[in-house]
Amino acid sequence: MQVPAPVEYERALSVDDAIERLTRLGPEARLVAGGHSLLPMMKLRLARPECLIDINGLADLSFIRRDGNVLRIGAMTRHSELLASQVISEVAKIIPDAEAVIADPIVRNRGTVGGSMCQADPAEDLSAVFAALDAMVEIRGPRGTRVVSVNGFHTGPYSTVVEPDEILTEVSFVTQKNLGSAYEKVERRVGDWAIAAAGAVIALQDGKIQRVGIGLAAVGAPDFRASRAEAYLLGKDATPDLFDEAARMASAECNPNSDQRGPSAYKRHLVEVLTRRALDGALSNSKGKAN
Amino acid sequence: MRVNIEVNGVNYSEEIEPRLLLVHFIRDQIGLTGTHWGCDTSNCGTCVLWLDDLPVKSCTVLTAMADGHRVRTVEDLEQGGELDPVQKGFMQEHGLQCGFCTPGMLMTARALLDRNPNPSDLEIREAISGQICRCTGYENIVRAIRWAAANSSSNGALDVAEVAQ
Amino acid sequence: MTTTENQANPIGFGRMLRKEDARFLRGKGNYVDDLNLPGMLHGAVLRSPYAHARIKSIDISAAQAHPKVKAVITGEILETLNLAWIPSLSHDVVAVLATDKVRFQGQEVAFVVAEDRYSARDALELIEVDYEVLPPVVDAKKALDKDAPVIRDDIAGKVDNFIFDWESGDKAATDEVFANAAIVVNQDMLYPRVHPAPMETCGAVAYMDPIDQKLTIYSTTQAPHAHRTLYALVAGLPEHKLRVVSPDIGGGFGNKVGIYPGYVLAIVGSILTKRPVKWMEDRSENLMSTSFARDYHMKGSIAASADGKILGLRVDVLADHGAFNNTAQPTKFPAGFFHVFTGSYDLMAAHCSVRGVYTNKAPGGVAYACSFRVTEAVYLVERMVDRLAQELKMDPAELRMKNLLRPEQFPYTSPTGWEYDSGEYPRALRLAMDIAGYEELRKEQAQKRAKGELMGIGISFFTETVGAGPKRHMDILGLGMADGCEVRVHPTGKAVVRLSVQSQGQGHETTFAQIVSEVTGIPPEDIDVVHGDTDNTPFGLGTYGSRSTPVSGAAAAIAARRVVDKARIVASAMLECAPEDLEWEKGRFNIKGDKSVGKTMAEIALGAHGTVELPEGVEGHLNAECVYDPPNLTYPFGAYICVVDVDPATAKVSVRRFIAVDDCGPRINPMIVEGQVHGGLADGVGMALMEVIAFDEDGNNLGASFMDYLIPTSLECPSWETGATVTPSPHHPLGLKGVGESATVGSPPAVVNAVIDALAPYGVKHADMPLTPAQVWQAMQGAPYRTDLAIQ
Repeated sequence: MQVPAPVEYERALSVDDAIERLTRLGPEARLVAGGHSLLPMMKLRLARPECLIDINGLADLSFIRRDGNVLRIGAMTRHSELLASQVISEVAKIIPDAEAVIADPIVRNRGTVGGSMCQADPAEDLSAVFAALDAMVEIRGPRGTRVVSVNGFHTGPYSTVVEPDEILTEVSFVTQKNLGSAYEKVERRVGDWAIAAAGAVIALQDGKIQRVGIGLAAVGAPDFRASRAEAYLLGKDATPDLFDEAARMASAECNPNSDQRGPSAYKRHLVEVLTRRALDGALSNSKGKAN
Repeated sequence: MRVNIEVNGVNYSEEIEPRLLLVHFIRDQIGLTGTHWGCDTSNCGTCVLWLDDLPVKSCTVLTAMADGHRVRTVEDLEQGGELDPVQKGFMQEHGLQCGFCTPGMLMTARALLDRNPNPSDLEIREAISGQICRCTGYENIVRAIRWAAANSSSNGALDVAEVAQ
Repeated sequence: MTTTENQANPIGFGRMLRKEDARFLRGKGNYVDDLNLPGMLHGAVLRSPYAHARIKSIDISAAQAHPKVKAVITGEILETLNLAWIPSLSHDVVAVLATDKVRFQGQEVAFVVAEDRYSARDALELIEVDYEVLPPVVDAKKALDKDAPVIRDDIAGKVDNFIFDWESGDKAATDEVFANAAIVVNQDMLYPRVHPAPMETCGAVAYMDPIDQKLTIYSTTQAPHAHRTLYALVAGLPEHKLRVVSPDIGGGFGNKVGIYPGYVLAIVGSILTKRPVKWMEDRSENLMSTSFARDYHMKGSIAASADGKILGLRVDVLADHGAFNNTAQPTKFPAGFFHVFTGSYDLMAAHCSVRGVYTNKAPGGVAYACSFRVTEAVYLVERMVDRLAQELKMDPAELRMKNLLRPEQFPYTSPTGWEYDSGEYPRALRLAMDIAGYEELRKEQAQKRAKGELMGIGISFFTETVGAGPKRHMDILGLGMADGCEVRVHPTGKAVVRLSVQSQGQGHETTFAQIVSEVTGIPPEDIDVVHGDTDNTPFGLGTYGSRSTPVSGAAAAIAARRVVDKARIVASAMLECAPEDLEWEKGRFNIKGDKSVGKTMAEIALGAHGTVELPEGVEGHLNAECVYDPPNLTYPFGAYICVVDVDPATAKVSVRRFIAVDDCGPRINPMIVEGQVHGGLADGVGMALMEVIAFDEDGNNLGASFMDYLIPTSLECPSWETGATVTPSPHHPLGLKGVGESATVGSPPAVVNAVIDALAPYGVKHADMPLTPAQVWQAMQGAPYRTDLAIQ
């Protein structure tokens, strides 16, 4: 078996303690949560941290909480907990839609929301989900706590605004009545990363689209979203023709690479199909809530 | 570093390198070779065991991370000379051939039935979808888990109640 | 023991729970990596990152200085032992460790032996190799270009990448049939490179006892006896001081037939360190360096009359054998049994030609339950028949029914010289169609098509060719393909069966007990099966090519018959009558006409070991043995029907149903036979829809982990529907034919035919496997891509 290079190991006792250790140990220290992204990289020796700081004991980062009209998800929440949450499925169906197709049930028992966001894989489904939800990300570090938008959170493939001495603590988004959402993904096989995936969030007011988010995974969309398509939809009547056009726009504005999952033209095609399906699903979900 | 891990009800206090993968601790250090490994990338699921009652892929967990926690492996399924219903089901329905994926499948099956004593075929297929079997084509594994669900004693129901608490 | 193990077992054939399950279910299997010998060291292999490069220098000094490292071995060191190169299974040589050049990504370059497996891996990073990177040959179709780099410049005078040309059939007769045929359909197709990828990777523990100089090799081998003899021949080791133990094997599928450099390195490591050395490859090593399968580029042509009578078939194959010619098959057949490609059909003439070439890829080619390339042959003919049906606008079931061999034609000699033993083909196809509800499915398909929905129904009818084989035709490196069996009956009537073949999950401990039980009447639970240890079993060539039942199963049956023959003499002595006055009733001999007077096998066994006076020349005891040289191959067959749905927008395929009717002759244990079929069907879904090892232009392996080499999960596999017909083999002592690889051979074309059928509204005629969503979409655009190369 492939095995990691030698590494030191410490356990964080609290968020502050984790930050203190990161500060003390410097940029060669890495936080480890579920470990399902970091450990495979370490086994391949593509990642070689000098020290791992285990944050699995930080129970105060494991929560799913309604806070007025904001839904807060702690960074240590496991994928399986997100998938099983009644609150989440009522508020944002896009999350269980996506979680059901992230990796596999055993990996989901271990992998965490914060870990997935910080790994920042270009095909990360949760990145597209939280983009569609216009989520905010709470980051804590020696310079205090900051809350940033998911727009601009990613600075490139596998790279985010979280500094080496910081810890992502929470992802949150604004909920509202009638907020409908859905996620659509095509993969080569169950458990594989997406060939392409699209998520949509939609809310209507007086028949007009009052809120909309379209998230795209694995297709090189800036900030994992189709912002031109979103802008096009906002304030208009939700008609099939409108959705068709938005799906076409989403397809045009992403920038997929060809790889063994498929040629870029196919991925672009999928974005159109899946965006359209996600918008339909989101609208239907929203209407279900109105009734 | 020294870790204290309860494996199948026995406490092990062992000196380890921090990088030691849990699957190697279980297999090489304490000699429970029922848990296997088949890939390096947490795709195959032959290394599945329980960490605090949840099935996990032990090739992607550091032993250090299990310090102070409980581990359960396939060796613990048989109790008092009686095979667990999932073990009986795999035998009855020919749910194994080479036997290599079997321990991981059994641990996932037991965890599934503890939470959902009467799963549908689709629920069974979803539960084992992170584990590869090269021999059976899965059909007999599904039948085996169904057999176990249908032939569980009242003890099984008690287990469910405990898990719910 | 639990109640589940106390059910009444059949005497002989019938459904019986497996004996071996008792240990596997408890986590008590004994796989190679479970071994932990006292003082054992761990080896790790440094592999080439490049597909083609000259080794300028290797610096191992830093690795040697690692405090836990006990030995570092390079090709240069092996050269001093005359072990840098070893003979391949196909009259070529294979590098154990590269000396001059590396020829594929993942090739073995150095070996580290250390005190633990983590340190061995660490030390690999301390070895400095200076490479001069050379242009690789990645595309087999360009391997023979004038300007192609020469891969095998180690062979004196080699100026190209050509390996062999081989042909079979009557070219002139075939040309004539084609010239006069009303319809000729041509189709190029690739059976891409795939990998058996058993869940347990390959590995070995070698221990050369420094005192008695006995070398024991515990290894993941499907052929322990062949390995022992080859080690003896290659390394000059005395064979009586060699013991190969193949303990529980976590799946083989042909991956564990060959001798890999890692095994040799573990042996050398043990000799150098005087301690046991374990080497287990990781998954990437398994996928990148050990025996792949297929990689056949085929140009097929089929000729037929206007009303759909198939007249002729021909195919020209470009075979990508990788960097060394190391395919495993009988010596006479460089393309294995591919020339059985006329399949299940009655046709006038056929011809195939195969050209083997070197490329900068891993060696191998005959693996993955392929029955020595019958897999490629069946795929070719079943796709060609479907292509013909397309052109004729004829139902593919009807076309097959019209052309299948008829029962009265058996034994049937094919245009390429195979003698099919027995078959009742139309009955099997009809049964599959009945289980499927074929006519109803076609109606449903028509309704769906009218609505723009894509549903496909694919048929495959295959004839397997297994049980290799008759010694006069078949050997591997000079070793005839016969297998031995010994049956030993204890005084109390319990028995031990010793086999030359080795189970990798097939359940031999149960089925071979059942074979001996069927013949002797001794209950199967009273018969212990010993296998996988060359010190304790008779010689034979091992388990692959579905040969255990047809070859070793016959040996077991004949040895058991010899036991019964002996028992008759002993019984007659005990009953004081003539042997011919006795009548056999499974498990006992009775006086003819009086069932109340007789002796059971247990009584006879005790008598045979006791003081009963036996006739002159009869030695006593009931032991017997047999070395079975099969008179012919066996020809299991089957009819498969696959139903798929394709999402027209995303191009994603889902397999809705799969119906498999198999005829493997009588079934020793129907439960196990069905299990064998299920597993092969999943292989078919995998190969047809997702499994592939492609290479980019630099020769990088694009299927080098389970993240990229995709194997079907429980959610891609439907609930298999199986059926059986029984046509015994006329030459096997129990009529058995073997079944291990039938479904792997037969299922891929059924899935592909179903998908292509679903895409008919788009005018799609063919697309190469795997039919991933991207490939299906490309096919719908009229431009399927080459699946052996990187997607552009």
